[in-house]
Amino acid sequence: MNGPHDLGGQHGLGPVAPETDEPYFHAEWEKRALGVTLSCGAFGAWTIDESRHARESLPPATYLSASYYEIWTRALETLLKRHGFLTQAELDAGHMLEKGAQPKRVLKAEMVAGVLAKGGPCERPVATPPRFVVGERVRTKNFNPETHTRLPRYARAKKGVVEAVQGSFVFPDDNAHGRGENPQWVYTVVFDGGEIWGEGADPTLTISIDAWESYLEQA
Amino acid sequence: MSERHHGHGHDHHHHDNHFTDMEARVKALETVLTEKGLIDPAAIDAIVETYETKVGPRNGARVVAKAWGDPQFAEWLKRDATAAIASLGFTGRQGEHMRAVFNTPDTHNLVVCTLCSCYPWAVLGLPPVWYKAPPYRSRAVIDPRGVLAEFGLELSAAKKIRVWDSTAELRYLVVPERPDRTEGFSEEQLAELVTRDSMIGTGLALSPEAAR
Repeated sequence: MNGPHDLGGQHGLGPVAPETDEPYFHAEWEKRALGVTLSCGAFGAWTIDESRHARESLPPATYLSASYYEIWTRALETLLKRHGFLTQAELDAGHMLEKGAQPKRVLKAEMVAGVLAKGGPCERPVATPPRFVVGERVRTKNFNPETHTRLPRYARAKKGVVEAVQGSFVFPDDNAHGRGENPQWVYTVVFDGGEIWGEGADPTLTISIDAWESYLEQA
Repeated sequence: MSERHHGHGHDHHHHDNHFTDMEARVKALETVLTEKGLIDPAAIDAIVETYETKVGPRNGARVVAKAWGDPQFAEWLKRDATAAIASLGFTGRQGEHMRAVFNTPDTHNLVVCTLCSCYPWAVLGLPPVWYKAPPYRSRAVIDPRGVLAEFGLELSAAKKIRVWDSTAELRYLVVPERPDRTEGFSEEQLAELVTRDSMIGTGLALSPEAAR
């Protein structure tokens, strides 16, 4: 989707403002937001792709004015409601009002180390060989789906070169919407700054994206 | 070295505009989930403790220091970063598929996630606020030199800049150039020169003098 999250190349968003000796958390609620988000992810009820899509589907004004833990929290509320674990009435009341869906697993303290160390690998085998080879010139497709995609707007319909074949991975454009993992080959594709930004681009700049095979065609 | 590396003398900006709202919102969420038996508050404490004390940029610094001192490890890191990093005990969430990219005298690498906040947690821990915020995500790809200047880093005009937009599940670790005058340093001494920002590309490794 052409949502507020697709930020590459936008102007007017202000200085980066790095903070000296930044703490891991700026408030206690951020710690709880992190822990609640990861705990609910461990239910196994949704994928990382569905959760990314829930975040980017926030209203643009909300998304752009929120801290990242706020974005996570708001998207988590959406996911929990969508999958029947709680209701808006319960969030408004601040208490349980009814029994909701039950997850496949509840993350207990003693499971945390193992779950975090395992992570969520998303490399999957595919039956076909890669369509593109290292050094091949490719063009990214031009499309504007209302659904989830990982091809940023700034890199659509641009010519680049395949720099690496990175393996085959779950295809987020399908997986975010419950259409299955449908793995594809992923390529690192590198573009000249001038191809992306045109006139006035930094002549020393190259940019790469990691692109699923269906994002690409021969140039 | 032609680059200058200033300190981070910037003002502290507050990014969290909804402190009390968010406090109440997260409290309600945690309470409802706990009453339903869907979360274990002790698990939340364990997650927070993990990222406050165990998983952070010192992990990545150890990887870089080892690569500086051990050419065979550096070669392995270049070829199969996930396995090389796992050999030091760093695995797991948001580090499942690692790639290491090496700065050279010709090229400086910079990592961003323009679409969300993808970051190599297993080696760098939780991302800083600025990495996840719109200014960095919008500008790193179109104005990397302007962004680097805000970190006090001015690269020579001839230096090539390669920006890696983490659009898939690969997570990038920048291996900065080894500073001069570090011959004979132990891995522990070398690791002290490796800052978090130098592994994102918004900084360089410290000189031995600057690290003191």
